[in-house]
Amino acid sequence: MVGASLAGLLTARALRGQGFQERIVVVGAERHRPYDRPPLSKDFLKGAIGEADLALEAEGEEPGIEWRLGVAATALDAPARKITLGDGTTLTADGIVIATGAAARRLPGTGGLAGVHTLRTLDDARALRADLERAGRIVVIGGGFIGAEVAATARELGRDVTLVESGPAPLAGVLGPAMAHALAGLHERRGVRLITGAHVTEVTGTGRADGVRLADGSHLPADVVVAGIGATPCTGWLAGSGVELGDGVLCDEGGGTSVPGIVAVGDCAAWYEPALGRHHRIEHWTGARQRAAVAAATLLSGGTARPEPARPPYFWSDQYDVKIQFIGHAGDADTVTVEEGDPATHSFLAVYRRGERPVAVLGVNQVRLFTRWRRHLETTPAHTG
Amino acid sequence: MIPACPLASLPRGEALRLDVDPPIAVFHTDDGDLYAIDDTCTHQDASLADGWLEGCEVECPLHASRFDLRTGQVDAPPAKRPVRTHRVVVEDDVVYVVPSDAPPNLPPGVTLKGQA
Ligand SMILES: Cc1cc2nc3c(=O)[nH]c(=O)nc-3n(C[C@H](O)[C@H](O)[C@H](O)COP(=O)(O)OP(=O)(O)OC[C@H]3O[C@@H](n4cnc5c(N)ncnc54)[C@H](O)[C@@H]3O)c2cc1C
Ligand code: FES
Repeated sequence: MVGASLAGLLTARALRGQGFQERIVVVGAERHRPYDRPPLSKDFLKGAIGEADLALEAEGEEPGIEWRLGVAATALDAPARKITLGDGTTLTADGIVIATGAAARRLPGTGGLAGVHTLRTLDDARALRADLERAGRIVVIGGGFIGAEVAATARELGRDVTLVESGPAPLAGVLGPAMAHALAGLHERRGVRLITGAHVTEVTGTGRADGVRLADGSHLPADVVVAGIGATPCTGWLAGSGVELGDGVLCDEGGGTSVPGIVAVGDCAAWYEPALGRHHRIEHWTGARQRAAVAAATLLSGGTARPEPARPPYFWSDQYDVKIQFIGHAGDADTVTVEEGDPATHSFLAVYRRGERPVAVLGVNQVRLFTRWRRHLETTPAHTG
Repeated sequence: MIPACPLASLPRGEALRLDVDPPIAVFHTDDGDLYAIDDTCTHQDASLADGWLEGCEVECPLHASRFDLRTGQVDAPPAKRPVRTHRVVVEDDVVYVVPSDAPPNLPPGVTLKGQA
């Protein structure tokens, strides 16, 4: 098993739960036992919870796993199922689970500059938290989930925050422009300066960042710059291995890769989705959670297990005191209607439809109603057209 | 014993949240059984009465950990600790809850109102 985070831990557990009793070795590049990433941009960054609260393993849990932490896999010989590690040692296995997740994309040309952050790991979050303590002005580049959440948290900590987004509104990519606009007001109401349709050309400063330059020539002064510009799957170590790659490790609908005896799951994996007719990489918590058991079954059955149809992707995001929940694919919809509440009050539920058929639902502070809709979408079989 | 509601007002498949401290959720399963557990998820501040009831389990509405209504045990992260279970009594078609005297497993940052 390569990758010691959510997907790795849950697949190891699922293997045990499905009766596998042989040795399981989990190799992880980070020094830490599996921990929960979502709070890194929210309660952990805010200081509301500590590191112990992030642990994914329950106290006293012992699923019989050998951990090899603080060392990365550097190469795979797929036909021989042999993994080479950064310390020069090798491991040979009957089955391999690839769960190496994704890494934050960095802004080009900011390598040597202090005060420029990305946020993916516990170490990133510690460094950002420490820097935020000293900073007055924060510029967040990128209005995806991580950018929007970091902006919200920094604002709640009383900092002066500017959020720079290249699209028409934060989260426009996943929520579609109409609903993203409705939510953009949230940031402005809380005092975050929002600049949309803007491209960053440069982070300025010598030794330490002192601001951000935009394509129109304007300059935004900053003590801390956070780049939330997406993540790329950690598949570099698989180059030339024989495992087929695309945007992530390409898998069938049960998580099997192009090589028998090797499965992939979590943020690094693009599973084939029959309803979409293509491979799709899901970068959300529940994606890893739902698919771990499927990947384990695929591995143990040698690929003959027939997976249940995948549930539509579900994710959540917390910004300020607002809980955002979303299920489905907004891109499939041709209409969006608000069915409950009012976007202006930041408590509403919107249904995305293709023709008559609901294909996605957005809930904003509507937890109970959202659960009903989620159930509806998850239990109604998806079909395209 | 805390009176919850008339049995007739809690149909099968539904849940009710009691505003005691900490809040308690009462579930009426599709099979007709009644269970009571602490309403607050042990992971974060979510109301389990808003969750998805399936068989004898409720799935947390936020991050999908599932709790067994009979034992309070949780199946998988992000929640790690069980919820408290309470006894349910039906007398004269009224549902009552007998609160447990074990300490609750509240999520980080949530405290009893009496001791904020
Ligand atoms: C700040 C932040 C906030 C988030 N918030 C939300 C949210 O609100 N809602 C939501 O649904 N999702 C959220 N997510 C996404 C969610 O955390 C991920 O979907 C989840 O972590 C995926 O798990 P994973 O195990 O596939 O990958 P990861 O958690 O990325 O773990 C992969 C592990 O593999 C290790 N690794 C990489 N390469 C190698 C190698 N060559 N050898 C050995 N080990 C290697 C990495 O170091 C890492 O520890 C958030 C993510 C972040 C970073
Ligand atoms: S709040 Fe229940 S699982 Fe997170």
